[in-house]
Amino acid sequence: MYHFRKCLYAGVTASVIAVMPLHAETPDNILVVAQNIDDIVTIDPASAYEFSSGEYVANTYDTLVRYDAMDTTVLAPALATDWQVDAETKTVTFTLRDDVTFHSGNPLRGEDVVGSWTRVVALDKAPSFILTQLGWTTENIDQMVTADGNTVTVKYEGDFAPSFVLNVLAARPASIVDMETVMANEVDGDMGHAWMNKNSAGTGPFSLGTYRPADILSLNANPDYYQGGPAMERVVIQHNPEGATQRLQLEAGDIDMAKNLDPGQIAGLDGVDGVRVETYPQAAVHWVSFNQKTDSLTDPAVWEAARYLVDYNGMADGMLKGQMKVHQAFWPDGFPGALTDTPFGYDPEKARQILADAGVETPINVTMDVISAPTFVEMAQALQASFAEGRINLEIVAGTGAQVITKYRARTHEAMLLYWGPDFMDPHSNAKAFAFNADNSDDKYASTTTWRNAWMPPAEMNEKTMAALAEQDADKRLAMYMELQQETQAEAPFVIMFQAIKQVAMRDNVKGFVNGATSDYVFYRLVEKE
Amino acid sequence: MALIEDNGKGRARASLPPWIQTAFLTIGSIAMTMLGLLFVTFIIGRVMPIDPVLAIVGERASQSTYDAVFLELGLDKPLIVQFAYYIWDVLHLDFGTSLLNARPVAEDIARVFPATLELATLGIFFGIVFGVPLGVVAAARKGSWIDQLARVLALVGYSMPIFWLGLMGLLIFYGILGWVGGPGRVGIFYVDVVPSVTGLILVDAALDGNWDVFKDAFSHIILPASLLGYYSLAYISRMTRSFMLEQLSAEYITTARVKGMSEWDVIWKHAFRNIRVQLITVIALSYATLLEGSVLTEIIFSWPGIGSYITTALLSADMNAVLGGTVVVGLIFILLNIFSDLLYKVFDPRAK
Repeated sequence: MYHFRKCLYAGVTASVIAVMPLHAETPDNILVVAQNIDDIVTIDPASAYEFSSGEYVANTYDTLVRYDAMDTTVLAPALATDWQVDAETKTVTFTLRDDVTFHSGNPLRGEDVVGSWTRVVALDKAPSFILTQLGWTTENIDQMVTADGNTVTVKYEGDFAPSFVLNVLAARPASIVDMETVMANEVDGDMGHAWMNKNSAGTGPFSLGTYRPADILSLNANPDYYQGGPAMERVVIQHNPEGATQRLQLEAGDIDMAKNLDPGQIAGLDGVDGVRVETYPQAAVHWVSFNQKTDSLTDPAVWEAARYLVDYNGMADGMLKGQMKVHQAFWPDGFPGALTDTPFGYDPEKARQILADAGVETPINVTMDVISAPTFVEMAQALQASFAEGRINLEIVAGTGAQVITKYRARTHEAMLLYWGPDFMDPHSNAKAFAFNADNSDDKYASTTTWRNAWMPPAEMNEKTMAALAEQDADKRLAMYMELQQETQAEAPFVIMFQAIKQVAMRDNVKGFVNGATSDYVFYRLVEKE
Repeated sequence: MALIEDNGKGRARASLPPWIQTAFLTIGSIAMTMLGLLFVTFIIGRVMPIDPVLAIVGERASQSTYDAVFLELGLDKPLIVQFAYYIWDVLHLDFGTSLLNARPVAEDIARVFPATLELATLGIFFGIVFGVPLGVVAAARKGSWIDQLARVLALVGYSMPIFWLGLMGLLIFYGILGWVGGPGRVGIFYVDVVPSVTGLILVDAALDGNWDVFKDAFSHIILPASLLGYYSLAYISRMTRSFMLEQLSAEYITTARVKGMSEWDVIWKHAFRNIRVQLITVIALSYATLLEGSVLTEIIFSWPGIGSYITTALLSADMNAVLGGTVVVGLIFILLNIFSDLLYKVFDPRAK
């Protein structure tokens, strides 16, 4: 019994220790964020191609020009002070800043720019296609990008608008890395890729502190940042995939920001002291597409009818409240060239009439693939109900993201509920996806929405897409993209329905957080705590 | 030690001491089990309708990038050849690189397994400390309020979804009362404060003599460990009760009581001694289950353990990670089985 009592006392003591209140406010100089970061595959800007890794790259690296934290809608000088575009010779000449150093202390050189882009092309990882659009290859890159002191000369092949070229060079894979440091850590000819998955070598306002996949990502402030050091000495992003517990942490004051709350959890914060919710329009558009390899979905009347079988406002004001808004064109609202008309509304009777007039036999029974995640499945269920009113029966096939994409890439789906975010902030990124298909053959793989749905746009639409890409007059170019959006609204087997909205819940004292239209424009540099 | 002996018929045959034969048999059995386990997992992974290349390159990579990775993964070779290459690498302790985070799988497992080990060990500790006495007392006082309580606890433990209990636990003990730490293994201020020696934060903090970190880590682990412990308790107490009831109805127990032995001695020195072997099996199984990782618990408590690691890998066809995890989980089961067998021999003379 003596031993039993000793054990009992020890247990009670341990319980008392555990019972002490443990909540504490986060320090003034550290920003603590709860976020699902298990999507990160790599953090090397030459290969980083996920949402969370995009945020990381945006805060640790710079490009020559960029959509900056001060205004994420304007392309501004970054590592380059100025540039001249010569469309005749297809050349852009950049002058680099002379007051920039990398996190290692090494000064920024023209050779770093050449080396960084050569590295992306040579490694040939997922986002390399963004740069190789400019006609760069491993064979010609040394002639296409050259440096002379603080001047970098960039050549491109193809008829491109200057704004397109600059937008490409503002994209994530165009980030400049400290080549001296990176190549010093090269192993087996990997150009420092393995090292870059555990370290940062940029010029950005933060450097990498700690990264453990699906666990933690912390950033340390770079006090020597050329635009001024951040107020936060550290940003700690704690992996937490569960919105409910993120909310608990936020209310308890253990974190400053919760990024993955669903509408119900956001609504639950209404009236909670010390917490506010910020809303940020996003560039991703959500749509339903019809694979043209499915006979019953090839009649344009089916596509047209489908546009009247979505309860746009009902969904946006209901289950998607705060997460999406009605948008029916491929280029998102808030960006130059976006078509904001919403000509379609929920009208099952009209849809039935369209099908009847076209002599389409109903009911049409098709499967619709959807990613098995809360919002997508709910959207699919709502579409299933509204499409049924038009005698189009959708059988929902839910799968993991990888399963759905595998099927989509193989063009073996029938209907698909998915979303598309631009690879870089130029309308061509989406026009190419929704209004262009060079070759619809099975063996001519393309990652576009058109090819994946086996849809060949009319020749005029293809031509107009490429003409817009080459158009030198900026206003005329935007007008062409508006026309392309109208044409796809009328002629394509896609029903574009919504534009995403991001909601971030944060403590009241957090100011200056910038969340642009994509993960590439999420900035912690200006964050302060009052 | 004679390795060769005459069998009396003029023929000599090899004969090894029994313990060496047993060791060979055990190792052979482990090797065959692991090979079978890996083969089945490998085939399942390959026939899943997920393209592992897309998991790496994303959906918008060019065809040339896709093709390069396809070849890099060896997917152009027949399945059996791919499997043979994998086994060859494993024999050289190379588990490959995770497709999902581009890091060596061995490094990942070394990072996530200690998190699960720490959680599971504390969980099973709670399960044993509370579950075994509860089961014994419930059997000894069959029909009493404590028996009813044990049955209700077991029933709730079996029937309540763990994610719901976890969320409720967090809401009450973390959100409202503030008695325990929130999700994660340690508070944000204590991340990487103590050097990682064993990967077990409580142990590392104690080794470092940093009791602030120890206290913080304990406050984070106590709730998920109690939750897992409760599920173990439900199973262990129920099985203990059942084993004890069987023993307590045996004739030797009646004899002991007739001889005037105290009830304490009857229960603990006679009946309980005879259920130890069965109990070891139950506890070993329960512990092995916890060591596999409890995916939902790990998700709710942001616990970077092996359960969520393997699950995420499986859903993305990251077969290197899945197979690496399978090796670890398989080994755990086998080692716990061997350990159970050894304990049988200690507690049951018939097994010697």
